[in-house]
Amino acid sequence: MAQSPIATTVLLHLGPVNITRPVVTTWAILLALALASRLLTRRLAMRPTRGQAILELIVVGIMGQIEEVIRKPPRPFLPLLGTLFIFLVAANVSGVLPGVQAPTATLETPAALAFIVFIAVHFHGVRSRGVFGYLASFAQPKLIMLPLNLVSEITRTFSMMVRLFGNVMSGEFVVALIIGLAGLFVPVPLMALEILVGFVQAYIFTVLATVFIGAAVDEAA
Amino acid sequence: MDIKLISIAAAALTVSIGSIGPALAEGRSVAAAMDAIARQPEAAGTISRTLFVGLAMIETMAIYCLVIALLLVFANPYAS
Repeated sequence: MAQSPIATTVLLHLGPVNITRPVVTTWAILLALALASRLLTRRLAMRPTRGQAILELIVVGIMGQIEEVIRKPPRPFLPLLGTLFIFLVAANVSGVLPGVQAPTATLETPAALAFIVFIAVHFHGVRSRGVFGYLASFAQPKLIMLPLNLVSEITRTFSMMVRLFGNVMSGEFVVALIIGLAGLFVPVPLMALEILVGFVQAYIFTVLATVFIGAAVDEAA
Repeated sequence: MDIKLISIAAAALTVSIGSIGPALAEGRSVAAAMDAIARQPEAAGTISRTLFVGLAMIETMAIYCLVIALLLVFANPYAS
């Protein structure tokens, strides 16, 4: 039987803290992304090289998407949302590398990311409307909606977490089952599908985060 | 009956019944989006972004069922 998708393997102990496998994978991804960003932005020029052109295309594309959703200058939101998207793509797709389990296929990484988004929504809401203006927005359109609005803050964060976890984990689980049942090269089409699902889920997670932040900063809502 | 047998049957039922609703809903929403894009191709960008977000929301229902089924099989609190 395949290993339980809910259990995690502890790799090493750092004092009282257990360092699990997804954490180490996340560190490796962070290191790789930071190194790649450093190398690509080391020599920026007015006449871009090929790498710089690709980089500019990605950043401008993400900025355009954010602006379409939030309808405000996207610069204050770009660092968080752009990093979120690029990290999620890297994390979801890292599952197809041999011997690597995608960190988003365990519950902790999506939980941490969803928590970051939860904090960011309130941070941007308070920054754009002030504390009282933002708190008053929970009583919109009527005061009787207050409990529902409060509950939806929790449930939408929870559903973001479960959605990312469920999609990535189920893909890896199916691939593992088919390797066990059929053989070495049979799950290759499924792994290709897994890459597509990884991109789509990264996009969806980022768009949902953008929509939530946009709803928090929107004056008219 | 054995608790393990019941859990496995319940997990299979959870996934099979729980995916009916989201499957129908996703089919309807994709069909509606296709219709809208065919009528108004210039709005395709907005429509497909909204469609993706909506599909993610609908799909969450099926994913909840999957998580419940996995909990039943792998982390059943009653199977000692």
